[in-house]
Amino acid sequence: MVLTGVGVVAVGLALIAAACGGGGKKATTTGAASVSGSISVEAVWSGAEQASFKAVLNGFMAKYPNVSVSYKSDGDQLPTVLATEVSGGNPPDLAVVPQPGLMKQFVQKGALKPIDFAKPTIQQHYAPVWIDLGTVSGKLYGIVFKGANKSTGWYNVQLSNAAGVTPPKAWTALLSGAKKLQASGTKAYSIGGADGWTLTDLFENIFLRQAGPADYDLLTQHNMKWTSAPVKKALSTMAQVFGDTSNIAGGTQGALLTDFPTSVTNVFGNPPKAAIVFEGDFVEGTITSSTKAKPATNFNEFAFPSVDGKGADYVMGGGDTVVMFRNSAAARALIDYLATPQAAEIWAKRGGFSSPNKDVKASVYPDPIQRRMALALATAPVFRFDMSDQAPAAFGATVGQGEWKILQDFLKNPKNVNGIAAQLEASATKAYGH
Amino acid sequence: MSEGANNTAEPSSATAPPVLRGPGRLRRSAVALGFLAPAIVSLGVWVVYPTIATIIRSFYNAAGDRFVGIDNYKALFTTSVLTTAIKNNAIWVAVVPAVVTSIGLVLAVLTERVSWRVVFRTVVFMPMAISLFSAGVIWRVMDQQDPNVGAINAGVNVVRSAFVSGGPLTQAQSSTALATGSISHGFTLKTPLHPGTVARLGLTAIPPREIPKRAKQAVLPKPVKGEIAGVVWRDFSPRGGKPGRVDPGELGIPGATVILHNSAGASVATQTTAGNGDFAFSSVKPGTYRVEVGPQTFTVPYTGVAWLGSSLITGAIIVAYIWIWTGFAMVVIAAGLSAISREVLEAARTDGATEWQVFRRVTIPMLGPVLAVVFVTMVIYVLKVFDIVLSIAPGSVQDSANVIALAMWRTAFGGVNDFGLGSAIATFLFVLVIPVLALNVRRFRREV
Repeated sequence: MVLTGVGVVAVGLALIAAACGGGGKKATTTGAASVSGSISVEAVWSGAEQASFKAVLNGFMAKYPNVSVSYKSDGDQLPTVLATEVSGGNPPDLAVVPQPGLMKQFVQKGALKPIDFAKPTIQQHYAPVWIDLGTVSGKLYGIVFKGANKSTGWYNVQLSNAAGVTPPKAWTALLSGAKKLQASGTKAYSIGGADGWTLTDLFENIFLRQAGPADYDLLTQHNMKWTSAPVKKALSTMAQVFGDTSNIAGGTQGALLTDFPTSVTNVFGNPPKAAIVFEGDFVEGTITSSTKAKPATNFNEFAFPSVDGKGADYVMGGGDTVVMFRNSAAARALIDYLATPQAAEIWAKRGGFSSPNKDVKASVYPDPIQRRMALALATAPVFRFDMSDQAPAAFGATVGQGEWKILQDFLKNPKNVNGIAAQLEASATKAYGH
Repeated sequence: MSEGANNTAEPSSATAPPVLRGPGRLRRSAVALGFLAPAIVSLGVWVVYPTIATIIRSFYNAAGDRFVGIDNYKALFTTSVLTTAIKNNAIWVAVVPAVVTSIGLVLAVLTERVSWRVVFRTVVFMPMAISLFSAGVIWRVMDQQDPNVGAINAGVNVVRSAFVSGGPLTQAQSSTALATGSISHGFTLKTPLHPGTVARLGLTAIPPREIPKRAKQAVLPKPVKGEIAGVVWRDFSPRGGKPGRVDPGELGIPGATVILHNSAGASVATQTTAGNGDFAFSSVKPGTYRVEVGPQTFTVPYTGVAWLGSSLITGAIIVAYIWIWTGFAMVVIAAGLSAISREVLEAARTDGATEWQVFRRVTIPMLGPVLAVVFVTMVIYVLKVFDIVLSIAPGSVQDSANVIALAMWRTAFGGVNDFGLGSAIATFLFVLVIPVLALNVRRFRREV
């Protein structure tokens, strides 16, 4: 009732505005008011993220007063929930899926509607790489609303100052800095080895820089063998960290039992057990929720260092892609809205958000750390989506098997580059089917 | 659900007269059917149909569009992750029901005649009040390897530190290759020294918080005739500095134990360093000597037992599970115990039986049916154990901790979403549980 009341007032205002406004303005305002209906959106976001997304939806509903949007969080079970709803013939109007592979699956099933109507807005605000990500066999099916910059490292500022090291710009600087940190009496690395995905992210960052984006794409499609020279080279580079066992918090055994949140509190808790942890922009959320560390004075962030002198500004990351299951004017309006910088700025202002939208104003990000990460993401000369998220789940996204499990074995025994490469190739062949 | 079925079924059959004629009989059946309908419908929808659908699904591939015969069942017994799960489940069934029943029996018998038994039994029974998942979370924290986090390792550490004492430092390394060793064996300079020379014992990897408060700028002593002097210092400066050289800003380590060994390796003298880290052995006889920073300088920190590591994980989870279920066993057995006729026990005692003989020859046999109920119930619960394994085992060791129900969930919903193989695992588990269930149902029927 209350909502309808607000709607009526808003329509009234819109009509007045339309009556008073000039030609162009009149067309858009009446256009917005003529769209009506109620649509549903599902995503993984809960808690603070849910509140932020709802703020974005409120921004949409203020603009389209006759549309009501209901939001439901499916949490981590989103793929299962959506698959069930699709087979039951009852999908939501829109969903925000974290894996592009899932989007492709739904396209193959014929469950998704193309969103080519939004292309003008998207082309205006997004770099071409993001459009490619949402395109399946020539048609656009999804657009990334919330990006994730995973090419970041986080360091304990006090420990680094005590050791006299500065954030590394190159891989070699990272290794020598790690030695210095150790000499100063702290372990350098904290590794969340209990969660296999932290290890795949590290590998992908190294591989993207060292082998380059072309090889990265080949390996993503498994058109390059995991036993090939560039992969082995990246694994050997990774082993320079994994093999420095006396410099890893808890040693190898400890790292294998450290989950991602612990790997963060290891660095920023009291007393700290290590100085550096590699993971994406979402680390900041873990730091602020689980420790008392303050930005700049206690914790800070650096871009993943260049490897062999290449790729200092490359970004490997992820993104939550908006897709459409039911075509309606209201659903189309929401997709178009989510592609605008105004929508992204609502969440960006609230923090914990990196927009791939290059027209989002840098000033809206709440602090320099978030600003740097978001700008690096939106303006990266080379952006690649997380490789393991694009692989079949059996290989790239399953606890206890595939890449997650094999890289954990690699952490256990970093000397075994050839054996690990062979295992990865065997597992990938089975999962990709080629 | 099944209880509901019994409740609606029994009154109609119990009140039914033995013989009925034509229309009345029909009406009665209709009434009975009417009462049964809700139970039948819900059982059909939620139990019978899913069971049959699961069995059929287990003969199809992951996507469900191709019949694969018994391939999924072959995979079940050939995939190492799944055979580990079956093996672990066998361990669970072999250990848990027996241990829970025996501990429950012992606790029930021992507390039977003490006045505070209500308090004791309440405390032991309490874990039953929390869900298995939260109990798992509690134990996962208690089992942490870091003694600062895990309660169990903290306890071990307290006991251990009563026996182990040491110096001010818990970690260090030699700053140069000139000295070798470790904190548990001490650091010894490789080059032999003569009287009149100076020993440089540089250490690194010492956290700033462990440097003793009275530490001052390290000073390299001047060589003195007939004396072996030297310095133990933290050979690290954030501004740089050369390893092996005493640089400005580098602090001496006071309280370090320095041992002088003669050429035969025997210790001839011991010194403790001063605030600036220096030491001196005076009036040393001519000859060659070696200088060592003794292991007394260090306290080897307790790193904790990896309860959640791949080798101990199943044991750790079983302990948690026993902790939860012992209370249940104790309460059920205690109830059975109170139902035993006192006269039989008294008669046995009058006939000269010892307490042990009474327990062994009278109490246990009379408790037989109760013990069997507890045991069989535990077998069923243990066969389908799931949530506690999921909540205690960290992701990286879930393969080693795997059990059938968890393997089913991880296969069907853990990312791969192979519903074919998942259904096969579920069917296999179902087949395993059937005989035990049948046994239980038969017993219930006999008791009724």
